[in-house]
Amino acid sequence: MLAHFIMALRSAGIPASITEYLTLLRGMKEGVADYSVDDFYHLSRATLVKDERHLDRFDRVFGEVFKGLEPPEGAAFADLVRQLPEEWLRKLAEKLLTDEEKAQIEAAGGFDKLMEMLRERLAEQKGRHQGGSKWIGTAGTSPFGAHGYNPEGVRIGQDEGRNRRAVKVWDKREFRDLDDNVEIGTRNIKLALRRLRRFARQGAATELDLPDTIRSTANNAGSLDLKMVPERHNTVKVLLFLDIGGSMDDHVKASAELFSAARAEFKHLAHFYFHNCPYERLWTDNRRRRDSEVSTHEVLRTYGPDYKAVFVGDASMSPYEIIQPGGSVEHWNEEPGSVWLNRITGHFRRSAWLNPMPQAGWGHTHSIGLVRQLLEDRMFPLTLGGIDAMTRELSR
Amino acid sequence: MAGFRSTEKYIASRDLEVAVNAAVALQRPLLVKGEPGTGKTVLAHEVAEALGLPLIEWHIKSTTKAQQGLYEYDAVSRLRDGQLGDERVHDISNYIIRGKLWEAFAADRQHVLLIDEIDKADIEFPNDLLLELDRMQFFVYETKETVVARHRPIVIITSNNEKELPDAFLRRCFFHYIRFPDRETMEKIVQAHFPDIKQELAREALNVFFQVRGVQELKKKPATSELLDWLKLLMIEDLPPEVLRSSDPRTAIPPLHGALLKNEQDVHLFERLAFLSRQRQR
Repeated sequence: MLAHFIMALRSAGIPASITEYLTLLRGMKEGVADYSVDDFYHLSRATLVKDERHLDRFDRVFGEVFKGLEPPEGAAFADLVRQLPEEWLRKLAEKLLTDEEKAQIEAAGGFDKLMEMLRERLAEQKGRHQGGSKWIGTAGTSPFGAHGYNPEGVRIGQDEGRNRRAVKVWDKREFRDLDDNVEIGTRNIKLALRRLRRFARQGAATELDLPDTIRSTANNAGSLDLKMVPERHNTVKVLLFLDIGGSMDDHVKASAELFSAARAEFKHLAHFYFHNCPYERLWTDNRRRRDSEVSTHEVLRTYGPDYKAVFVGDASMSPYEIIQPGGSVEHWNEEPGSVWLNRITGHFRRSAWLNPMPQAGWGHTHSIGLVRQLLEDRMFPLTLGGIDAMTRELSR
Repeated sequence: MAGFRSTEKYIASRDLEVAVNAAVALQRPLLVKGEPGTGKTVLAHEVAEALGLPLIEWHIKSTTKAQQGLYEYDAVSRLRDGQLGDERVHDISNYIIRGKLWEAFAADRQHVLLIDEIDKADIEFPNDLLLELDRMQFFVYETKETVVARHRPIVIITSNNEKELPDAFLRRCFFHYIRFPDRETMEKIVQAHFPDIKQELAREALNVFFQVRGVQELKKKPATSELLDWLKLLMIEDLPPEVLRSSDPRTAIPPLHGALLKNEQDVHLFERLAFLSRQRQR
């Protein structure tokens, strides 16, 4: 039953792992949940969810699994699991593990050992019971099923009355606001962006400069002369230009991930939005676009050439939007987008374009080729590999 | 089982109690997140008090390194002692300065260890502490000794969500998100902190407080700690409850708003709202 719960969590996108599952089982054994379903809910939430954005999703899955409302594809299996008598699971455990072994596991407290042992036993059991009835086979292949020897684990799935009472806690879904769709893949992006770091020593001298101290102590004929240097700080400056709206709607998730990773990684980060191609005006807040518009000239005056400019956009538009005055879909632009792109890339020493479209399809869109030409081939796919290649290019 | 429960001063929800007890029973770190001012740091103090254990606090800054929590080797004073011909210089362990983690490991009774605001540190900081928190032991290179915890401390870690923590680190923790208390819990919290507050004042103050929180565009919504500060001010000034009643935040800025609104733009926002509603009344 609990294994099914973990699977349901994982298919809902909550990254619960075996380690956490075993921790949950051990917590129940230690009596933290105290045979109350509410407490079991709290305990499993503290164990399995590590991000408040997942709390709502967890509540939904919990309600679904323990109410008995199974998603259609898993229904047959779940029904079988629910029909499993507790006695049977206990016997299975007894069959699989001798009392001595159980005592050993408790004494050792080692999860890995427990896992290993169960896996071995189950492999044996599968061999012996080949061709047995369907539900033994199903339970047998899952290493988790055998954990049913923990009586707490089973009771929860079977006690209908308690279920109904407990459901109220998670049916409130108090964490609904916190659920957003930015997956926690941003850490990988951050690590890729780290390559851009440029360390420089600035500010008050707080660190001991060992080589200099040794040199000057030696010069002083052995009497100590301490030399201090300021600490190293990341001084890289990044300017993000994000394409927003229209065809970019398909890539909102990837862009949002990149943006949130960049914001956490760089102290000196500014961002501006554009639509399809940057022209004479950019804006900083898409919801209040009218209020937050700034002239592109002003951006170029404000941010020095030492900023690294990164465009994020699919560059998929009508070629006229790049090469023709007045080609913009939104307003009459005096100068074509190519002039503005050249102006921006000319101002900043390092610039690159990240494209969320799959690289294989770039050749099919004329405007992608145009933009790529304008950026002298510094266009990279918005993937981990692409970001990595971009950081190499920008920090050369 | 005995364990952590709400105390007179600290109102903990049931899910927080379970999370703390699970962390204590299974000896794994508890990671606490939540809006600023909802009592994350105070939790560690309360757990220590409830369990009757001493507390060690380790406050993390952006420059904190994981190694500093274990130990530091003071090469400079050894160099100086060497030059002055001090006897101490022959024993390197004289120059090993113990960090907070070592302190907690070496203590002859169990401690509660608070690692406060772990998200302030470098992105690699949590990774550098994985093994130490998992096995509760580490190796000192200078003296070639392994420090093993005599009593595994109860570790409470707080985070303000400024950086994301690595998965491997999260796997080893219990997690609790302190959500903002509802009105009922808030009344209990106020009662716990100010047992002799006038009922009417408390009620009116909470009305104003939740109205202020209800305003959408606020940069920083006031939290529990702001409310408690504000109530303390109101009690010192001995304002009559009627003043609060007449001050619907949509028509006037609440009195002593400095304790509730910590941001210039938020104060401006309220001034503008008040101005607009006065105009409408006219």
